[in-house]
Amino acid sequence: MIVIIDYGVGNLRSVQNGFAEAGFTTVVSGDPRDLEAADGLVLPGVGAFGSAMDNLRQNQLHQVVRQQVNKGVPLLGICVGLQLLFERSEERGEHAGLGLLAGDVVQFQGELKVPQIGWNQLQMQREHPLLAGVKDGDYFYFVHSYYARPTAADVTLATSDYGIPFAAVVQHENIFGIQFHPEKSSRLGLRILQNFGRMVEC
Amino acid sequence: MLDVVRRTAEQVFIPFIVGGGISELDHIRQILGAGADKVSLNTAAVQKPELLTAGAERFGSQCMVLAVDAKWSETMATWEVYTHGGRTATGMAALDWVMEGERRGAGEILLTSMDCDGAKDGYDLSLTAAVAACVPIPIIASGGAGTREHFHSVLTEGKADAALAASVFHYKEISIADVKKYLAERGVAIREDRIEI
Repeated sequence: MIVIIDYGVGNLRSVQNGFAEAGFTTVVSGDPRDLEAADGLVLPGVGAFGSAMDNLRQNQLHQVVRQQVNKGVPLLGICVGLQLLFERSEERGEHAGLGLLAGDVVQFQGELKVPQIGWNQLQMQREHPLLAGVKDGDYFYFVHSYYARPTAADVTLATSDYGIPFAAVVQHENIFGIQFHPEKSSRLGLRILQNFGRMVEC
Repeated sequence: MLDVVRRTAEQVFIPFIVGGGISELDHIRQILGAGADKVSLNTAAVQKPELLTAGAERFGSQCMVLAVDAKWSETMATWEVYTHGGRTATGMAALDWVMEGERRGAGEILLTSMDCDGAKDGYDLSLTAAVAACVPIPIIASGGAGTREHFHSVLTEGKADAALAASVFHYKEISIADVKKYLAERGVAIREDRIEI
């Protein structure tokens, strides 16, 4: 069973609808017992990094997520959910993240409009079953002002370019993160959700 | 309305905008909660511009689309904003209004040319380019699409970021795939959805 972690942010329904279309039943829950029973976890995210972490801490969900990851349960962070995987973010002050991946989260600088809202292309950096069926130059839907800077270069599966190249998809062991919204990126996005679902199943 | 949004979100896996009669912050909350990605405001934004501000502060600019119906006015010697589905002239210049809308937090402009709408004779390139020069946010051009060439000219000469068409697609006079292929061949950056799952 895949559990979409409900910690009081945004619209989890779209992620659930996306998994359903990709052929996977999911449960939306913020109950630590459900998270402990899950075969796969999805950490969606909308809104500010700091308040998202505060919400996660409220029911000790951050501890449960760490425990589950240590046990080998696949975890997929989407959008701010990817950012939360890292050690810290500079969004409205300095905030500590889950620290599952080494690196930080910083804001886009420069000429381009922030947030980045819209379709952007991936540049593949490393092959992985999470991105099976996706090729260089495919478009995905992004909405974000901040991006993650992984310390280890080999964590990045794919980058995208918005003034500078940034990590769009990351993976380390059973930890996965996607900066764009696969649930809003049409068939290719659903394919990635399906790939994740298949990895959870086996 | 909310049920339609909910059912749409179960079937549609690209961002979608809901518009029509939205006049309260709470409507916006409900519509986004039902799975829409963005709302568009037209008449209500003119009547209560603070709704744009409040919506952008609460939910983010990425979900606030300002819909503007504009028509050339000889007396004003510029394009005038209309509300209530094009029935009510406001006396406001469209170029001023889009700039105010952007300042208030609109993340995109859905711009309909009333002069061109329905004629299938091409988009209003001068209106679209004029609006695009005023604001640094994406413009969706609407009104006038009749051929593939029309899409190309509004996205190049017209400086639009996106092009909307309704009847030519609904009545299958042109297919979306055809337009996308035509544009891609001419160097317009366009997404290709090449797989089924």
